[in-house]
Amino acid sequence: MDDAQTIPDDQWRPDRHQKSQRDEKDQSGCAICGLLNEDGSLVDGGLIIRAIANMHDRSNGLGGGFAAYGIYPQWKSWYAFHLMFDHDAARRQTESYLETVFQVAHQEAIPTAHLEVIRQRPILVRYFLLPKEELRARHYDLTDDDIVMMNVMHINKTIDGAFVFSSGRNMGCFKGVGYPEDIGRFYRLDEYQAHLWTAHGRFPTNTTGWWGGAHPFGILDWAVVHNGEVSSYGKNRSYLANFGYQCTMHTDTEVIGYLFDLLVRKHHLPIEMACQAVAPPLWSRIEQMPPAERQLLQTLRIIYGGALLNGPFSIVVSHAGGLIGLNDRIKLRPMVAARRGASLYVASEEAALRLMCPSPDLIWRPAGGVPVIGRLQSQPQEVSVA
Amino acid sequence: MKRIYAREDLCLGCRLCEIHCLVAHSKSRRIISAMTREKGQITPRCKVEESGQVTFALQCRHCEHARCLEACMTGAITRDPATGVVLHNADKCVGCWMCLMSCPVGAIQRGREGHVASKCDLCQGEAAPVCVANCPNEALLFEDREERKK
Amino acid sequence: MRKWLVEPDFILTRDPDRCINCQVCVRQCANDVHVHDEEADLVQSDSEKCVGCHRCAALCPTQAISIEKASLEFRPNGNWTADRIRAVYKQAEGGGILLSGMGNDQTLPVLWDHMVLNASQVTNPSIDPLREPMELVTYLGRKPDRLELNRDANGKVSLATELAPQLRLETPIMFSAMSYGSISYNASFSLARAAQAAGTFANTGEGGLHKDFRPYAKNLIVQVASGRFGVDPDYLNVAAAVEIKIGQGAKPGIGGHLPAEKVDAQVSATRMIPERTDALSPAPHHDIYSIEDLRQLIYGIKEATQYTKPVCVKISAVHNVAAIASGAVRAGADIVAIDGFRGGTGAAPTVIRDNVGIPIELALAAVDARLRDEGIRHQASIVAAGSFRSSADVIKAIALGADAVYIGTAALVAMGCHLCQKCYTGKCNWGIATQDPMLTKRLNADVATRRLSNLLRGWSLEIKEMLGGMGINAIESLRGNREHLRGIALSDRDLNILGIKAAGE
Repeated sequence: MDDAQTIPDDQWRPDRHQKSQRDEKDQSGCAICGLLNEDGSLVDGGLIIRAIANMHDRSNGLGGGFAAYGIYPQWKSWYAFHLMFDHDAARRQTESYLETVFQVAHQEAIPTAHLEVIRQRPILVRYFLLPKEELRARHYDLTDDDIVMMNVMHINKTIDGAFVFSSGRNMGCFKGVGYPEDIGRFYRLDEYQAHLWTAHGRFPTNTTGWWGGAHPFGILDWAVVHNGEVSSYGKNRSYLANFGYQCTMHTDTEVIGYLFDLLVRKHHLPIEMACQAVAPPLWSRIEQMPPAERQLLQTLRIIYGGALLNGPFSIVVSHAGGLIGLNDRIKLRPMVAARRGASLYVASEEAALRLMCPSPDLIWRPAGGVPVIGRLQSQPQEVSVA
Repeated sequence: MKRIYAREDLCLGCRLCEIHCLVAHSKSRRIISAMTREKGQITPRCKVEESGQVTFALQCRHCEHARCLEACMTGAITRDPATGVVLHNADKCVGCWMCLMSCPVGAIQRGREGHVASKCDLCQGEAAPVCVANCPNEALLFEDREERKK
Repeated sequence: MRKWLVEPDFILTRDPDRCINCQVCVRQCANDVHVHDEEADLVQSDSEKCVGCHRCAALCPTQAISIEKASLEFRPNGNWTADRIRAVYKQAEGGGILLSGMGNDQTLPVLWDHMVLNASQVTNPSIDPLREPMELVTYLGRKPDRLELNRDANGKVSLATELAPQLRLETPIMFSAMSYGSISYNASFSLARAAQAAGTFANTGEGGLHKDFRPYAKNLIVQVASGRFGVDPDYLNVAAAVEIKIGQGAKPGIGGHLPAEKVDAQVSATRMIPERTDALSPAPHHDIYSIEDLRQLIYGIKEATQYTKPVCVKISAVHNVAAIASGAVRAGADIVAIDGFRGGTGAAPTVIRDNVGIPIELALAAVDARLRDEGIRHQASIVAAGSFRSSADVIKAIALGADAVYIGTAALVAMGCHLCQKCYTGKCNWGIATQDPMLTKRLNADVATRRLSNLLRGWSLEIKEMLGGMGINAIESLRGNREHLRGIALSDRDLNILGIKAAGE
């Protein structure tokens, strides 16, 4: 043991050490927002920071975070792992593990700014990886995505003090304890160019904030920002366990990410149907549909009962192909959306929406269970990274 | 009109209908007094008929062509023109028993109240006859079957 | 010889100030407890014959009758309790197996009473079922693990998955297997009609399907038990689903027993057995000596019904129930019904009823966890049975992982059963567990249907209220959602098996 290198005071993540045998979900209120340039044009992080800051009172300083897409064009075919470490020992253990399974093209500290208000920061490092050939050969039945996910879960579950919080290609999650606008400045997000941004300000009600628990929740290129509580969490978690997803992060938001990964990436459902699986129409409405549609929806709901997200939520789910805004079936959390030209905006409050897009072509309040779907039409512009 | 119909397949033969009928037509209208002090002086208007496993409660059918009414010589038996209920007025009854003789179903009895006949009045003033209301197995129904047929 | 050591269970007292000598009690008691002494014009009672069914007291118009536990006290003894001493007396008299009806009545802990439910506060609004939709619709049957779609040239999708047959329940409560023969025609008829009215299912039990109940077959699950009473292709094809009965919670390891007294002409015709003979089901199915044999029977039934009906396998909750359930699923069962040790019966050896099997709470949790661990939970629905006394028990079972529950005793109680446990005598004063025409007519099927429907409605409304309180508006989100349960005064081991946290955690 190399105690000298271990930071003794790691209270910035206190409940990491009180991890009970069973997983807990976390309840929180929150602010969310997202923007997508469907034409792939890039915008820096300044705008989304100002938008989330405009909903300051919806968070309480215990968590903030961002997801950005198109930020690593020179590494775009490599999985960008963002890791936080409690201490150097965890970093060394993780790195030696990564080297056994991945080719590491590049690694560096995630650039941060010194901010008075951001305290007790973990060690933040990013790696650009691909599974090793021998690993691919051994797991011939798995895709690279499957191998990456398996290893993210393995690290998060077994290496004490290490936490992978972003693992997609040409995208990244940036999060921590603090108000979101401070987290944005801390990570110097105004230096990144992305075609798709999401942001989150957290208001946890029953746990102290910890860096890993902030949103977005990211797995592969999925990132979820979430306002609400998943009352069906226990059900969703056990349902996902059927498909090999292990919930290890003490947050109900992670089931949302896994569900979309399962429905869209593994089961190849169109985005609209994935949304209908997690927020399905009422049985009484399904009954009234034309026969073909009725049968489709009935079957979808029968098969994916375990994927239904119950409880109040508004979420922005982002992925390489675009953005999804969605409310629970009876709209118990706020969400508004706007469009201008090729840009789509969603936010908890109109205040943030108007800040991002002062004169929209269209502004609306999506009904419960009715998704707002934005699709990237062309490849993002290629520019060199900051 | 609404009449009482018995369902012999459901009648328990418990005779609670008789007991409640007697109480309803007693002076005290309290079950213990009626069934002890007054018992010998009141006739239950409904009577449970029994033969082997078949039991059912019988009361006046309030026939459309009431032979008792035609046979009554004192005008003690009359029909309420509004409701169609066949009523018996003990004050006018002389106990000639012509109604008993003419009743095709044997629903009229010699009353214990005096030398007068006794028959079901469908519990005038009550929402439903007490025999119906108190049957524990809903073996007595109070309904308008002619209306239903229409 | 007088059975002078057999003591009365109850003492019946008649209040002379209230008794009006109306003899309703005399006419109602099939056990001849009450006798009218013509000479004295007095009703007298013989407590020794009283089974405590309350029929006389319920019908007494003056509430003159009270029934109390016989207070003939033995010297206090925590080991040799009065019940055990009396059982020895009875057995010493007769030398046979002591029989009982209904379920285990011992005072073992009821784990439902050690689990409490969650409700929303602040962070999550509770949902008011009077104002918002609240969905209890449940589909039972095998589900594929994913949806398959066809995509045409324009990218338009259509359904490719052909779903295995499912049962659609408007509420996740079904009526458990109770055979015609063990219960009366009117009782069976009422269960079928109430199931149809409520959009759920009733199970015929192993006694065949009376021809009069055919019109309700869309809401009936027919049972194939070791005796194969009343089983023919038509029986299988007319029903909504077929259940293979391997075991029953009240009597794991042994077969059904219908005493000859209850086999009248109608029962005989329905069961396809001679009149007035005992209907004894073998302990095992003699064509199922192992799991591969079960698979043959399951697929035999599926072939016979052209794969149009889900096949359910009912097992009693015994020690290795999780492995057995897993085997049944792998053998092709679309639904697995698990019957806990408190499940009821018309007749069982008391010693088996009270000592064999495990509680449904633990069995259900173990089976759900096992099927999930094996990744086959979606391949079969789980129906829990074995004493659901209230909607709270039902919703807790769903949170533990049941897709639906079977209620038997609660349904009988709704029809008037007083749990006197004498079903095997055929003298049920409430007209439920009897074939005596003087007694069966005491159960008005219209009344019983209404009461059963009311029970289902009341429980469903309560389930909706509790779901809404948890901030959930579709029952599938509570199914297997153990986060919403907490344990009180349970050992760590119990909590671990139940997969729930302790209250306060």
